[in-house]
Amino acid sequence: MHGAAPLRIMSNLKSALPAGMPASVTAPVAPVAPQILLPGHRLDFSASASLQLDCGVSLAPFTVAYQTYGELNADKSNAILVCHALTGDQFVAETHPVTGKPGWWEHMVGPGLTLDTDRYCVICVNVLGGCMGSTGPADINPATGEPWGLSFPVITIGDMVRAQLRVIDHLGIESLFCVIGGSMGGMQVLQWAAAYPERVFSAVPIACATRHSAQNIAFHEVGRQAIMADPEWCNGEYQRAGRKPVRGLAVARMAAHITYLSEPALHRKFGRQLQDREQVSYGFDADFQVESYLRHQGSTFVDRFDANSYLYITRAMDYFDMAAEHDGAVVNAFRGTKTRFCLVSFTSDWLFPTPESRAIVHALNAAAANVSFVEISTDKGHDAFLLDEPEFFATLSGFLNGCAEHRGLRTPL
Amino acid sequence: MNVAAITPPVRSRANIRVDLQVIADMVTSGARVLDVGCGDGALLDWLVHNKDVDGRGIEWSQAGVNACVRQGLSVIQGDAETDLHDYPSDAFDYVILSQTLQATFDPKTVLGEVVRIGRRAIVSFPNFGVWHIRLSLLTRGKMPVTDSLDSAWYETPNIHLCTIADFVELCEDLGIVIERSLVLDRWGRPRYLKATGFLANLFGEQGLFVVSKRR
Repeated sequence: MHGAAPLRIMSNLKSALPAGMPASVTAPVAPVAPQILLPGHRLDFSASASLQLDCGVSLAPFTVAYQTYGELNADKSNAILVCHALTGDQFVAETHPVTGKPGWWEHMVGPGLTLDTDRYCVICVNVLGGCMGSTGPADINPATGEPWGLSFPVITIGDMVRAQLRVIDHLGIESLFCVIGGSMGGMQVLQWAAAYPERVFSAVPIACATRHSAQNIAFHEVGRQAIMADPEWCNGEYQRAGRKPVRGLAVARMAAHITYLSEPALHRKFGRQLQDREQVSYGFDADFQVESYLRHQGSTFVDRFDANSYLYITRAMDYFDMAAEHDGAVVNAFRGTKTRFCLVSFTSDWLFPTPESRAIVHALNAAAANVSFVEISTDKGHDAFLLDEPEFFATLSGFLNGCAEHRGLRTPL
Repeated sequence: MNVAAITPPVRSRANIRVDLQVIADMVTSGARVLDVGCGDGALLDWLVHNKDVDGRGIEWSQAGVNACVRQGLSVIQGDAETDLHDYPSDAFDYVILSQTLQATFDPKTVLGEVVRIGRRAIVSFPNFGVWHIRLSLLTRGKMPVTDSLDSAWYETPNIHLCTIADFVELCEDLGIVIERSLVLDRWGRPRYLKATGFLANLFGEQGLFVVSKRR
């Protein structure tokens, strides 16, 4: 049954499982860098449990890697699904196994924090097409024995959510207490609420939109072209060639990183200050601190991210368009919804500016949905959703407490 | 992180402002309620916890919205002028417009919208026809500053003040039925006057009306 599962380090364990059941292994998962064992869980789906993708391909076998924090309660009513952003992963609140850096939402998720792991069970799934254990273009295509590369099918936000649903089904969770995420994670939250409203008690789409704007597609295209222009990319077959397009991927990251910040934040952090020198070098070294910072962002990113994954996941965001999928109006995606929504935007976010969130609010109002909407004042740009923003945490805590009261969840002692 | 910041503010749900209590008493238990211009959410919070309403709010000020959401109320940052037209007709049992109508750019449209999206609307506003305002204008010849209208003319948010008689006339023009009406004194307590009459317009500090669209 599972004989065709990806050739992962744990594949010998799966053969002991009954046929037709997805294998959940709480032992390490093999990531992009096969010598590192990832903590967390994985589910392997066999050829008979294929995933129908929006592009028409039926994907099988495939693997979904996820991580959990906190315990599920007896009636499984306290689960919060965190949806990660473009370059995030399932390691929300622990030291990252590859980079050694703190979890990307360590201010938000943990005992006594806003997503209180003493109270809630927090789940995060590595997106399909990613490179932290879930099936993506860097994995071996079992049909050919070679890495998928560009023969990997194009993934959509809807496909990512369908893969997450498999995990939620596997865990026996009928209704998620909350689905929450920022940026691309917010798109997944909207997709969850639209596609599976009865399984989403509350939804928190943060700093996102119902469709990717032309400007955002344009920035993604710059990133993709940077990767493709790197000769080491080898038309996507760099793994087979034993090479790695690190320069292209680093440039893609640098360009994208600018869009996550704001002009005031960059100015406050770096201004025109020079890096380790008294005066400009009259050359093309990283004279300015901001250059040095971006180069650092680029060079550290390539250690943990796969270039082809970057192409596929940015594409998934570009293709996201809820109105187009619902007869031209976003309201149609949410008619009759009983989900409680809380939208959050940030004043200095120019990648997903407040009017994008407001447009979602208008659509939800038109569906007479239960919706809260706050705009948080900050100069930190799009990245604010990842940072320590007390007002953001306070409003989210209030929203979640209100939802918990309606759900009848016990308050922590 | 600051734990104090995530603790919801404690407020006695037994006591709200007298005029808000009068409105709250008009709302039936379990109703769907939209409070337009809900401020810090005092009325909405009381209704949610004491009358088990499905309550929503719209508030213009971001500080007000954040305070509401922190309490677990469903409130959006928005504007009565631009955001009401999104809602479907009869989406709510009650739409509350407490001390808000006179601060809108286009009260006529706003009034039309609230009776469209609510089966009933509860509207309260300061009565510019009350005797001491008339007297003040007559004797001093200056725009009045009172308990309920406490800003000078150049900084007041109340840009479309009206009298009870004006409101009754606008309702007639718009085909809006006045189902119930009260006048409130300066402390927000109901006065026993026929609320659409000459005396109400002379002695009422506030007008409070339950209105609906003629169907």
